[in-house]
Amino acid sequence: MTTLAWTGAIRDRDRLLRLLQEYGVYAALAVLFLVAVALDGSFVSSGNVRIQLFQVAPTLLVALGMALVIGTEGIDLSVGAVVALAAAVVPLYLGYGLAPALLLALLLGAATGAVGGAMVAFARVQPIVATLSLMIGVRGLAEIVNGNSAKPVTDAALLGLGSDSFSGVPLMAWIAALCALVVGFVVRRTTFGRRLVAIGDNRQASRLAGLPVRRVLLTVYVVSGVLAALAGVMIVGHGAEADPANQGLNLELNAITAVVVGGTPLTGGRVRVLGTVAGALFMQLITAVLTQHDVPNSYTQIVEAAIICCAVYASQERGTR
Amino acid sequence: MVQQAPVPVPDSVLEVAGVDKSFAGVHALIGVHFTLRQGEVHALIGENGAGKSTLIKVMTGVYRPDAGRIRFAGRDREFRNPLEAQAAGISTIYQEVNLVPLMSVARNLYLGREPRRLGLVDVRRMNRDAAAELRRFGVDTDVTRPLRTLGLGAQQMVALARAVQVDARVVIMDEPTSSLEPREVDTLFEVIRRLKDHGIAVVYVSHRLDELYAVCDRVTVMRDGAVVHTGEIAGLERLKLISLMLGREPATVREEGATAFDADRDAATEGRPALRATQLNVRHRLHGVSLDIRPGEVVGLGGLLGAGRSETAKAIIGALAADGGSVEVDGTVLRRRSPAAAMRAGVVMLAEDRKAEGIIPSLSVRENIALAALPRLSRAGLVSQAKQDELVRFFMDRLRIKASGPDQRVGDLSGGNQQKVLLARWLCLQPKVLLLDEPTRGIDVGAKAEVQALINELAGDGLGVLLISSELEELIEGSDRVVVLKDGRVVGELAGDQVSEDALLGALAQDGQDRQVGQVGQVGQDRQVGQDRQDHDKEPQS
Repeated sequence: MTTLAWTGAIRDRDRLLRLLQEYGVYAALAVLFLVAVALDGSFVSSGNVRIQLFQVAPTLLVALGMALVIGTEGIDLSVGAVVALAAAVVPLYLGYGLAPALLLALLLGAATGAVGGAMVAFARVQPIVATLSLMIGVRGLAEIVNGNSAKPVTDAALLGLGSDSFSGVPLMAWIAALCALVVGFVVRRTTFGRRLVAIGDNRQASRLAGLPVRRVLLTVYVVSGVLAALAGVMIVGHGAEADPANQGLNLELNAITAVVVGGTPLTGGRVRVLGTVAGALFMQLITAVLTQHDVPNSYTQIVEAAIICCAVYASQERGTR
Repeated sequence: MVQQAPVPVPDSVLEVAGVDKSFAGVHALIGVHFTLRQGEVHALIGENGAGKSTLIKVMTGVYRPDAGRIRFAGRDREFRNPLEAQAAGISTIYQEVNLVPLMSVARNLYLGREPRRLGLVDVRRMNRDAAAELRRFGVDTDVTRPLRTLGLGAQQMVALARAVQVDARVVIMDEPTSSLEPREVDTLFEVIRRLKDHGIAVVYVSHRLDELYAVCDRVTVMRDGAVVHTGEIAGLERLKLISLMLGREPATVREEGATAFDADRDAATEGRPALRATQLNVRHRLHGVSLDIRPGEVVGLGGLLGAGRSETAKAIIGALAADGGSVEVDGTVLRRRSPAAAMRAGVVMLAEDRKAEGIIPSLSVRENIALAALPRLSRAGLVSQAKQDELVRFFMDRLRIKASGPDQRVGDLSGGNQQKVLLARWLCLQPKVLLLDEPTRGIDVGAKAEVQALINELAGDGLGVLLISSELEELIEGSDRVVVLKDGRVVGELAGDQVSEDALLGALAQDGQDRQVGQVGQVGQDRQVGQDRQDHDKEPQS
């Protein structure tokens, strides 16, 4: 009889872990939100919510691209540097208007992604190595372009992009949400999305099934670069200055954290878009709560580390079913 | 033969009583009783999905039973993980070798219990002991080589040697011969007999009936999660055994023959070939291989391990970069050589290694079937759910794919059903030529018959088929014509009445300058060269 109790407990534990893996991030987000409100009712004031949304939007954009790359069993460390590159070139071309400057930034993001993607897809460099070299090189390039100092930005359109709101919600957050919807749709419903996931799960079988493996890989890194560049332009607009030496620093790591906390496995073969959104919000919220209650930054980092460990543990594939 | 003694019977070393196990509502084991006596070789057979693997996993601590108990060495035991079972004396040798491929052979053999001197691993002694130990298992090789450079068969022997060394009282072998050459099988049987003499009990899982009769004492037949028969194997008619497994009457089985191929099918021997491969060269592996496949014809590809059969199929679809030669489909030369290009021209290949080169394990049945057909199911890059569902439903019905639904993960299906999913993936492209590399390897008798019947039917519909099979029976009965390969060259072709086992063996043996057929299967350097070539295939090609 103890046998039955034992195995029953085991099964419950497995089921719990599976549930946690699937829905844990949403539950954690909800709990954290309630705790934040309970601690300080003004947390839900429209002003504070907007501040949080302004801050999370660029991270989320980068994380969406990262989720796609991670879905192919890759990683893109160059995104923070792409933000810097976008920040460096945008002020130089604002004279022609926001649209050309934005377009150029996106093109450069795409180009960086293409270089990384080509290294991964054609030269078969490991993603971490390929994008690490870009991360270093592209930031250097950005600092050269910019001349190594922060430049104030005064263009009204760009400042508007960074600080305007629509129906009380920051424009940046609208754009990030729209991108999340598009990426979610792409993953679920398009040939590109299905192929991406298949390649992440079993590359050799995908190749033998006639999938354009190299094209898909290349595209994924290009998309990641473009999203990072868009995030870069937003960051410049929001901060009203272009500072390639500091903007986008560690953003690649924050993006990876959001993806992982959102339950996307680093082993590829699965992309959780909504989870990534929740992951980004969760990390934003926890930092905000700790900061607003005067917890020193050093402690905040330790808490974040603990959360990442928990998330990775919960999202591990269980060996037995 | 059984000594009368107090209950429980003293010579039962492992006893499974009334075990139930279910996954997500699906009953994998229902009230299973299984008794293993000391020093016996006990065959465990059944179709895929019958519950053999689950039973093994319950006995070795991978799964815990929902109900029932397990007695081992006279005590009730609950193994919480495979390690505990192993420590207690139950060793398992899986189909896939579970060792460390980059470590040396000797290291693998002594992993975790290396001989030590002054606190350090005594490498010299370890290598010496390993070499001596492995020679007893018919493996004569340099034990300092990385394990992965050995042939699969030799790797399996290393795994076996390791399992036996850790003081096992029970050794479970899950399809141990699926990657062995005949000669190696003989060695394995000798080893098994030696185990028996030492009082070690062996559970032997295999789809090959010949082997069961050759080496086993008793047999347990499972079907749909339950044990349907246990008894002595001597005196049990082969047909009876098959009918127990399939749950069909012996008469039906007899009528349908050993394989599901239709002997009377007329093959088209005239007309333009659907596929013509000319002078295919792949460095070190293929030397000027040419062959034709006409519509409606099943061309068998015969040869021993390492003869270049898989390489030929891969070179045809462009998965292996060819140094020369051309491939024509319906009279048109393929310009670009890649799996995608071959697929567009109507040539597809069912790969030999289902796991590494076939299924996308964590995707669903639906997604796996539709994978290659995505462009046809989409407009402007958007997949039409309606079209996709229709296609998937059609093929799940037609091939009788047993899954809880189109959403089930393919990785969780049985081997036979995975194979059917892969066949569906290719068939929904409506190919002209189908290259089948070991289409029935490692799948159960029922699924095997279904696949064979399907091949027959497809050829009847005008598809050209290339059939690679290590089972002579399947090759002979299934093919209209057999092209015989040896060392990467075509050494003969059998057509019409010539297609027989004797003729095939004759064709393999004819090459005078080379070694005799009987010696080719040696577990030594000879074969490893062949295996190395195969292993290269596993690496991604550009």
